[in-house]
Amino acid sequence: MSKVRVLVGTRKGAFILSSDGKRENWDVSGPFFAGWEIYHMKGSPVNPERVYVSQTSGWFGQLFQASDDGGKTWFQPGVKGEDAGAPQWPPVKSNRFVYDSSDETGKPLTTHQWYDGTQHPWEFKRVWHVEPSLTDPNTVYAGVEDAAIFKSTDGGANWSEMPGLRGHGTGPKWQPGAGGMCLHTIILDPKNPDRIFIAISAAGAFRTDDGGKTWKPINKGLRSQFIPDQDAEVGHCVHHVAMNPQRPNTLFMQKHWDVMRSDDAGDSWTEVSGNLPTDFGFVIDVNSNEPETVYVVPIKSDSEHFPLDGKLRVYRSKSGGNEWEELAKGLPEKDCYVNVLRDAMAVDNLDKCGVYFGTTGGQVYVSPDGGDTWKAIVHDLPAVLSVEVQTIP
Amino acid sequence: MSGSVHRVRVQIPYHLRNLARVEGEFVLDVAGPVTIKSVLDALERRYPMLCGTIREHDTLKRRAFLRFFASEEDLSHQSPDLELPEAVASGKEPFLIIGAIAGG
Repeated sequence: MSKVRVLVGTRKGAFILSSDGKRENWDVSGPFFAGWEIYHMKGSPVNPERVYVSQTSGWFGQLFQASDDGGKTWFQPGVKGEDAGAPQWPPVKSNRFVYDSSDETGKPLTTHQWYDGTQHPWEFKRVWHVEPSLTDPNTVYAGVEDAAIFKSTDGGANWSEMPGLRGHGTGPKWQPGAGGMCLHTIILDPKNPDRIFIAISAAGAFRTDDGGKTWKPINKGLRSQFIPDQDAEVGHCVHHVAMNPQRPNTLFMQKHWDVMRSDDAGDSWTEVSGNLPTDFGFVIDVNSNEPETVYVVPIKSDSEHFPLDGKLRVYRSKSGGNEWEELAKGLPEKDCYVNVLRDAMAVDNLDKCGVYFGTTGGQVYVSPDGGDTWKAIVHDLPAVLSVEVQTIP
Repeated sequence: MSGSVHRVRVQIPYHLRNLARVEGEFVLDVAGPVTIKSVLDALERRYPMLCGTIREHDTLKRRAFLRFFASEEDLSHQSPDLELPEAVASGKEPFLIIGAIAGG
């Protein structure tokens, strides 16, 4: 029987939740990297035992960790311990994320818009999202703050920026959202290896069709109150984008406000918020078996980051948007004032799609039946930053 | 003091001890003048997993929320080439890398 492994990144460490295909009984392991912020962890689709982790701290900066046994043991790629023999030199660079401003391959280190409207230089702060390659376990992408995308082809031991994105001519108009100017979403197209989608708060969504050399903004149809020009090419606060791999030209987006849909790989977007009680939120995901079944967690507003009326609810559309149904069975009925952050929802690949999400209150919920019923796997973890799930044959 | 090897006692914060898999204070062999830079160079050579956690890659700039103390002095804003006090170079007192109290 298949198993599932849920990778949970929190403000104070990483946790792994494991179950069989029934998803009723769970083993909890962790905390790993206790005390560190784990923005994201994700397993390789090629080799599920290879798991990558972004480990970060306001004191000690960025670290990058990996596992080759599904999270039982961890290592910093490229690091040899003292017990491995002679001391290692030159130093390890698995946590070296330096913008490429070289003449040969890079772009000048330009500026972006700061909170007060002035221009501000790009400064690396942390890795928000790791995205392992669909074909090579040693190739992995990293979405970072200040917004840029990096790539490693040696399992995370060395990183190079893909500078075409940061160097896009619209860079001076990008601006940080409340959480920073982060590249938080990376989606690899399973049918076109040269196509990658990314999203940045607050610049918008971008797509490359040439393996990352050049990028184009894909924000037509988005409307954002905080931008004076409603047809602006960039500046939109995209919170998350999701795709069902069976249908890579169809994308769903949770924007700051508005739930959006594109059927032309992002070239144009239409709003599908429909009857949602509020269309502000952070997470969005698509059922792995039903490409028109979409999940969001409505949040009251950009001023009040918690569910409406203290009732935690997932909303599901089985029609690709516009018509949404409330999913409440097993979720808190009152006094719930948590948030669900942008990378904190995931789906598994089992026949009956499992849906998972984590909250800033430390709960991780599972629905083993596509959203019909919910159960908390854990109640009291640190604030959850990210949730990913691996389906293991 | 140049030319000789000094045995310098070093203390680092809890999370970095975990990363380096050391317990408590340890001793580093530092060749030549004992400066902030030469101690950090020796530290990173012996524990490469700490590269980038105390000072930034490439620029070698001290990370903002870390402090360097020696002989009851805060040397954080001194030149990296500053020679450390004799008490540190001779191993009588440790060189302290401290996480700043921040965040409440």
